[in-house]
Amino acid sequence: MFVEALILSCLIGAAVVFVAPSGYAGRVAFGVSLAPLLVSLYMYLGFDGSGNAFLGGDVAYEAFAEWLQFGPYAVNYHVGLDGISMPLIVLSTVLTTLAILSAWTPIDSRQSEFYGLVLFLEGSLIGVFSALDFVLWFVFWEAVLIPMYLLIGVWGGPRRKYAAIKFFVYTNVASLVMFIGYFGLIFGLGDAISSTSMPAIAEALRAGQLGYLGTSTIGIGPDALAMAAFLAMFAGFAVKVPIVPFHTWLPDAHVEAPTPVSVLLAGVLLKMGTYALLRFNFTILPQQAAMLAAPIAAIAVISIIYGALLALAQQDLKRVVAYSSVSSMGYVILGLVAYTVYGVGGATFQMVAHGLISGLLFMTVGVFYNATHTRMIGDMSGLASKMPVTATVFLTGAFAYMGLPLMAGFMAELFVFIGTFESTVLPAAPLFAAAAMFGIVIVAGYLLWAMQRSLFGPFRLETDYELGRAPLHDVAPLVVLVVLIIALGVAPDLFFEMIRDATLDVIDVDFGGGLR
Amino acid sequence: MIADGLALAPAGAFVLAALALFVIDAFSPGKTSGGVLAGVSAFGAVGALAASGVFLLSGAASGGIELFGGQLVVDGMSLLFTFIFGSVTALVAVASFDYVREMPHRAEYYMLILLAATGMSLMASANSLAVAFVSLELASLPSYALVAYLKGNRGSVEGGLKYFLIGALSSAILVYGISLVYASTGSLLLSDVADAAGEAAATYPGVFGTGVLMIIGGLAFKTASVPFHFWAPDAYEGAPAPVSAFLSSASKAAGFVLAFRILLVGFPIQSVVGAIDWVLVFQILAVLTMTIGNFAAATQERVKRMLAYSSIGHAGYVLIGLAALTGVGGASAGATVLGASMLHLLVYGFMNTGAFLFVALVEHWEIGRTFEDYNGLARQAPLACVAMTVFMFSLAGLPVGGGFVSKYYLFAGAVGAGVWWLALVGAINSALSLYYYSRVVKAMWIEEPIEGRTIAHYPTALYAAVLTAAVVTVFLLPGLVVFDGAAFDAAAALL
Repeated sequence: MFVEALILSCLIGAAVVFVAPSGYAGRVAFGVSLAPLLVSLYMYLGFDGSGNAFLGGDVAYEAFAEWLQFGPYAVNYHVGLDGISMPLIVLSTVLTTLAILSAWTPIDSRQSEFYGLVLFLEGSLIGVFSALDFVLWFVFWEAVLIPMYLLIGVWGGPRRKYAAIKFFVYTNVASLVMFIGYFGLIFGLGDAISSTSMPAIAEALRAGQLGYLGTSTIGIGPDALAMAAFLAMFAGFAVKVPIVPFHTWLPDAHVEAPTPVSVLLAGVLLKMGTYALLRFNFTILPQQAAMLAAPIAAIAVISIIYGALLALAQQDLKRVVAYSSVSSMGYVILGLVAYTVYGVGGATFQMVAHGLISGLLFMTVGVFYNATHTRMIGDMSGLASKMPVTATVFLTGAFAYMGLPLMAGFMAELFVFIGTFESTVLPAAPLFAAAAMFGIVIVAGYLLWAMQRSLFGPFRLETDYELGRAPLHDVAPLVVLVVLIIALGVAPDLFFEMIRDATLDVIDVDFGGGLR
Repeated sequence: MIADGLALAPAGAFVLAALALFVIDAFSPGKTSGGVLAGVSAFGAVGALAASGVFLLSGAASGGIELFGGQLVVDGMSLLFTFIFGSVTALVAVASFDYVREMPHRAEYYMLILLAATGMSLMASANSLAVAFVSLELASLPSYALVAYLKGNRGSVEGGLKYFLIGALSSAILVYGISLVYASTGSLLLSDVADAAGEAAATYPGVFGTGVLMIIGGLAFKTASVPFHFWAPDAYEGAPAPVSAFLSSASKAAGFVLAFRILLVGFPIQSVVGAIDWVLVFQILAVLTMTIGNFAAATQERVKRMLAYSSIGHAGYVLIGLAALTGVGGASAGATVLGASMLHLLVYGFMNTGAFLFVALVEHWEIGRTFEDYNGLARQAPLACVAMTVFMFSLAGLPVGGGFVSKYYLFAGAVGAGVWWLALVGAINSALSLYYYSRVVKAMWIEEPIEGRTIAHYPTALYAAVLTAAVVTVFLLPGLVVFDGAAFDAAAALL
């Protein structure tokens, strides 16, 4: 009942906001978004799941109903939460409510459509994180594209049309490649499964029941099929994450998107990719992941370093934050491929932490932009003297990004590094961990440099706008995020306990003697 | 079980409505009120739709009812397709009330639509090559006239003429193919052809194979598949938009149902593979049709022509149903992908009809035909634009409508039949199609409105048809469950 309540409150809320008068849409949307937020917090407090939803764990808030029939396979409505999905649901509802608040200032046309689409997006995201049936999951996964396309396309910056269609087509191609890979596995399992239930498929695959796609004479053998499916799914999700070299849609989309949309894009949408990598590739095909551990870790490290270097080279404050997301997502991949409790758990924790921190940074950049109407680092300096609260928050967010202890980013990266260091799956694991740590240095470099130039020094602004204190509804979300970031840094067990519990089954794989 | 005569009730509803129009219009020719004409046509179509729907879902005709010595057969597949024809015809009839309100020869217009629909429902039941040919002609001849209905419009007449000339040529090819098959097997009844096919393929591989190939060519014309697709863009663009909707949805489905029955019942691939490997032929046709249709659609400047090419692209997706019958994965994999084809045609019947009817609405407002002319339309007609957005995204395979489920069924089915590369080609095409479908959405919602455009009034009947199509398209996302069992059963019964 609870998951449906979440999704339906978003969708019905979206419809209500869509027909609300534009002048009130922002406030109505904020009120409406409190419903899923409170429900998700209540669900978090009452969470009683244990184990991994895909690997026979006890699923919380499970619901099931028969839906379609696809040839021999039943397609069902099946949702439920475990320790990995619960934090991401809370992240989605929290960030959506805050993003709606932060949209009050910048969004000044067609408000009812804007907020309606944001709530529709929230409903789809919750669906992605809670679905346990593949077709149902894919419905939500694809549904996310529609509001995102329109949000970037209608309310974005000057090159919004290009950015929107690039995002749309890029991620859609990726989804289709992934879809084909996954269905290859379903048909390869043959009679071992009778539905498109992802837990059933995961368990059948881990039990080694994959057979030939087709027949043994004119089909694809299990090993080749598993590897092909792994690669297809990895490529598909890599675009969403994004991992270098599939990242080129991200800066365009981020820079053109209005601030509240960037917050959701960086905060939640990118997590769809890493969440799917964890749920699909690393949960259902661990042997293939172990075989490819070294190249995947290498891609992750390249993403970390290259993303950070790209961020270093940007003049646009928003682009700096956008590229730094590429870098942060690299840590998630590195943690996943390590196959240790701290690796996989830390990666999941990093998804939440990065969602909060990058959301915070995008919002702060947005507040500066609302006041100055520029994002170019060279156009401004000394903003801290005019906007002290916002500047302080930006400073806090930047330090969280750099991994200051007692903040969420520190815990997440610490977990990932510990996890990577003790990995037995990954060859030369300490080397990868060391290379990834070097990324932190670059992060500190570009953030400190950007802050020094824009926030401190004598006040100077190239655009003609009066600077004053930001309105309360702009600053309130920032403060909430700072509090959450510090809370998760001081007490990571708020989420890490349930994450750890859900990841134990994922890493419980016998990789055999041949592999390290 | 239903009485044998009753089994033809769906086709009967079409023909009765057509005859009723004949009588009604005879009292004061040309002066009958448009409401009566549209009402009687819609009533007949809804009758056909209801009868076929009830028979289909009650399983009354499961196993198939043979009529007239096996010349006609009423089974799950024929009922499913008659249901499609009924729904498309009903939508088109309602929408035409506003579209042809001011035009001459309205009674004839409706009659031709109903007669074509009759021909299509007979095509769905045709169980011998002779009936197949006759019913195909019954469906085609009214269509030629309908395309050229706007007599004063150059595009309409040109489209009609092209359609007629290529139609006549392909009819000739089809009938010549039938004669070659008759020569080598000695029968026109599909079941007898199937019995003799193995021997014919061994004894006269050249004659028999050529015959089958020519029949496939004739059917490719009707489904607007490459290489017989050249008429489609001109005919669909020139024709009155409701007629384009009718042809690109119902007529295409009729071509497919005939292709399914003739090839699967008449020429089982196991027996004829020595003379002609039609699965391979369809693999080539599917890839070419998808790719050519989609790439051509992406370069169009006029919305209706884009939809015409997209309709060719969708024919390519549906062809996967025949192209994936490789035998890999067994009969169940074959039935799965073929059933997915049928479901896709069902959903397509609503979303594509709706899209063309939206174009009819725009033509009714006379605000232009290009993408730019649609700029900012959502500010002036939000409800219709929501409907069009649903059609576009559903055609592109996004989860706002049934097109999502049926398209992914097709791709998944192809993977299951071992032709994963065909699914990949389809998927890449589908992703490309998002580009041109979203252009319509972009024009309507994202672009700034055109200055000085006014929309005087909102035609009720056209709106009703467009919105009904949109509601059904959305409903078919969760609601495809109503038909999926019937479609997969119908497909399994054929194989």
